[in-house]
Parts: sequence; structure tokens; C-alpha cells
Amino acid sequence: MSTAQADPVSDDASHGEHGHDHDHPAFLAHHFDTPEQQFDSGKLGIWLFLVTEVLFFSGMFVAYAIFRNLRPDVFVGSSEFLNTKLGAINTGVLLFSSLTMAWAVRCSQTGEHKKLTGMLAATLSCSMVFLGVKAIEYSHKWGMGLLPAGTFFYDPANPHPTTDQLETLGFTSGTAFFLHNSLYFLCAPFLIVLLGVVAWLILSIVKGNKFQTACAMPLTIVCLSFFGGVGLGVILESGSEEGHGAAHDVAGHHGEGVAHSDAVPSVIDDGKVAAPALNDDASETSVLERLATDSTNTGLMSDVAARQAQASVASGAVVRGDDTNFEGGISEASANVLTQRQAGKFFSIYYCMTGVHAIHILGGIAVLVWLLIRSVRQDFNSRYFGPVDYVGLYWHLVDLIWIYLFPLLYLIR
Amino acid sequence: MSDHAHSSDGHGGDGHDFAHPMPVSMLLSVFFALVILTVVTVAQASFDLGSYDVLVVMAIATLKATLVALFFMHLAWDKPFNIAVFVGSFIFVGLFVIFTLGDSDMTSDSFEPKIDEVVPMVAESN
Repeated sequence: MSTAQADPVSDDASHGEHGHDHDHPAFLAHHFDTPEQQFDSGKLGIWLFLVTEVLFFSGMFVAYAIFRNLRPDVFVGSSEFLNTKLGAINTGVLLFSSLTMAWAVRCSQTGEHKKLTGMLAATLSCSMVFLGVKAIEYSHKWGMGLLPAGTFFYDPANPHPTTDQLETLGFTSGTAFFLHNSLYFLCAPFLIVLLGVVAWLILSIVKGNKFQTACAMPLTIVCLSFFGGVGLGVILESGSEEGHGAAHDVAGHHGEGVAHSDAVPSVIDDGKVAAPALNDDASETSVLERLATDSTNTGLMSDVAARQAQASVASGAVVRGDDTNFEGGISEASANVLTQRQAGKFFSIYYCMTGVHAIHILGGIAVLVWLLIRSVRQDFNSRYFGPVDYVGLYWHLVDLIWIYLFPLLYLIR
Repeated sequence: MSDHAHSSDGHGGDGHDFAHPMPVSMLLSVFFALVILTVVTVAQASFDLGSYDVLVVMAIATLKATLVALFFMHLAWDKPFNIAVFVGSFIFVGLFVIFTLGDSDMTSDSFEPKIDEVVPMVAESN
């Protein structure tokens, strides 16, 4: 870091008036001796910021661990409402965006300006696809009433209530309308941004401003990617939706036949059902059946087969003596209230963790857009790539958190 | 390319370049390793590994996190002090988790009513 060594240019700069000469590069701030010192200082700063991020997220992971320890059955049952396919797709998308981000850092170091812009645009597009898929996941759950504790109203007999039915549950008509059409509300801000960027693109082309056109073009693709993600989510979600109707019919036939039993693997030994999000055993089976139509849940398929076998035994009046919960009545009704609250607790944690993560993605998008515009301006070179590197580190940390979130929330058995 | 950018800013003087571009082949192989590990995580969820389930999942996730940190985050070539700062944070996360979970284990009974303790409802209705 010694400036004195064999560098006449910076030597000169350190002796003369710092401000107004042009003999040190524009990217080197005046309070730094060398570009390397500037880079190292920034790097330490971003690492310290990442440490605060790690500690911040660890609070939520601890909350998760405490509640999962208390009620592992609630987590197993509620987790089955999360679509593993969508979660896995989003994991892949984030990993790919990490790759393009790391590649972007490389491009900034080697001075490949065009490629740097492309890599940053690819990273941004991936983040938008991620958010699009997330919008599908969230809106689908909100419509079904899989909400945080206190507002959770999922009813397996009627998983997709209409607006009127929502109002009978105590929601105002505005809230009911929002819950029923939440996908449009989630897409609206992105649509406005897309229209704004397209307007900017057209304006810059008309005015012949090359720089603004070069910025607006990749950003238009980035905004469109959100709707690509929404489309992807719709396709994957509707694939698992097909099971819905059939499963409800089957549930009707089973009636109350399905008994609790220690023999079914996901049933807790004291007779509590592993999926307490549900109001009664029959509908639990229906949800399991619906989930079992998802070919990724091979374990569930055999689980459902076991339960159906169980149901036929139970309807043959073979009732186990120790099954005290079997007869229903008041004790069952109050158990429903509790289980609803507890399933809501899982979704509180789910929305908190994935929501804060999504906010970090939005923050990352904001700084990446800034980088993209600077990369079009060709600001970065082998002596000044700090901003790209720092944003990259932040982006990888967000990816790293998702690496833990995905199995902990989506893949519980 | 690197040399060109290096000399163009007029700072050729101090001997070495602090940029350390990662080879593209390395980035790609890390990415594919991460994808394969993701597939493994999803696949293992179909098997019932009992109580080892969480351990397996966390082990795979930690392996992925290590890959990301070492290569994508460039930690393997970073300054030892930066490594100490970042890795040090996980020591504090560990302390946080262990103490809080230990405490919750000792007091958990008062946290949440168990489903089976609902019986008083029946008594009330009499």
C-alpha cells in the first residue's frame, strides 16, 4: 500500500492539490492512495455488512428452530402445502443468477464491457423470474387462506372460497377482494414498472439517445422476465391443481372413516395427526391425496395408500380401543381451533422468512440496475471493479440464505 | 484484455494487479455441482431417513453454502482477515442457536398448550 514506490503518477498526485488535477484516475477517491487500497477498504466494509445480514437472518432461523422443535408435526403437515416443484425451480433460478453474477465480476475485472452488461441483465432477469414464481406461490396461498397465525382460514372442504364466502369469515369486502385477486395486486407494480421502462425505451429511441437506449433495452427484458416467471409458476402450479377436484370427491366417499393410527408413519404416536392444518381426518386424506398426485412426492403416494387401507378397516367397525379422538365432538372441535392456529404459526414463519428474503432480492435488483447503467457507461476496469464485486457478494449471500430456506421450508418430512 | 485495461488507466507502476478473475470453467463447474446437490436434496426428501433427515438436509445445504462462499464469493482467495470476519459471524450464530434452543427446551412446556390438553373444554361445557 505504500504509494511512494515507483509510481510517479500517484506520487505526483499525493504531493499536489488533490482535487482538481487529472493525473489520478477518476474512479480513485481522494482519500485513498491506490486503487487497491480503495478496493480492500470497500471489501472489508461489505463483509462487515454481510456479517450483520447473517446475524439478522439467524434470528429468524432460531425462531424457526424453536417452533419446529416444539411442534415438528405442524411443520411436516403445513410444509405439504408448499409446492416443491416451484421451490426447486426457484432454487435453480437463484443458483443460475449467482453464476451470472460471479461471471459479471469476472467480466468487470477483464474489462469486457458488453459481456458485463449482458451478465448483469441475466442476473436481473433471474431475480425477476424468482419474484414472478414467488408471486404465484403467495397469491395461491392467500386465496386458499394459508395465512399467518390469526388470519389463517384454510378449510379443506372449500379450499378456494369465493369473495362472498370470505366476507362471511369476517373479512371486509376490500380484504376479501384482495385475497381473491391477490395475483393481480402483486403483478400490478411490476406491470407499471414495465410500462414505464418501455415508455423510456421508446422515448430514448425517438430522441436518438444511444446511452439511454442501451440501458432501457436490457431493462425491458428484465421487466418482461417477471411475467415469464409468473407464466412458469402458473404452468407448474396448475399441474398440481388437477388433483383438486378428484381429491374432494374421494374425500366425500371416505367420510369419517379414516382413523388415527400409530401404524401410519406420519402420525404422531399419541394419536395426533401429522397434518394439523386440517380440520378432520377425511379432509386430511384428501389433501394428502391431492399432494400425492404430484409425482415428486413419491413418499406421500405410499402414505396415502396406507391411509386408504386404514380407512377401509375403520369403516368395517374395527375401532382401536385407545383411539380416544376418534368419536369427534367437542374435544375435536376445540382441537381444530388449536391446530388452525398452529398451522398459521408455520405460515407466519414461512411468510416472514421468505418475505424478508424477497425484500433482499428487491434490494439486490435496485443495486443491480445501478450497476447495469454504470456498466453501459463502461465505468469498470481491472483497477476499479469494486462495486460489481461488492454487489456480487451481497447477491451470493442472498442466494446462500435461500439454499438453507428451501430444504427447511419445502422439504420437511 | 486485462493488461489493456490495466495500462489504460495510467497505473502500471505498482508491480501487481489485485484483480483475480475466476476462470469461466471453474464458475461453470461450481454451478453444476450446486445444481446436482439441489437435485440430491429434493430426491432425498422422498426417502424417510427418520431423525437423520434434518442432519442430512443441513449437511447438503452447508456443502452448497461452502461452495458458494469459497468460489462464487471468492473467499478462497480473499484476505485472511475478511475470512475471519465472515466465518466468525457463524460462530456467533452457533452460540445464538445453541443458547436459545437450550433455553426453549427447558421452558417449552409453557410455550404452547398441547392438543391433548384440550380436555378442559369438555369440562367447561358441562
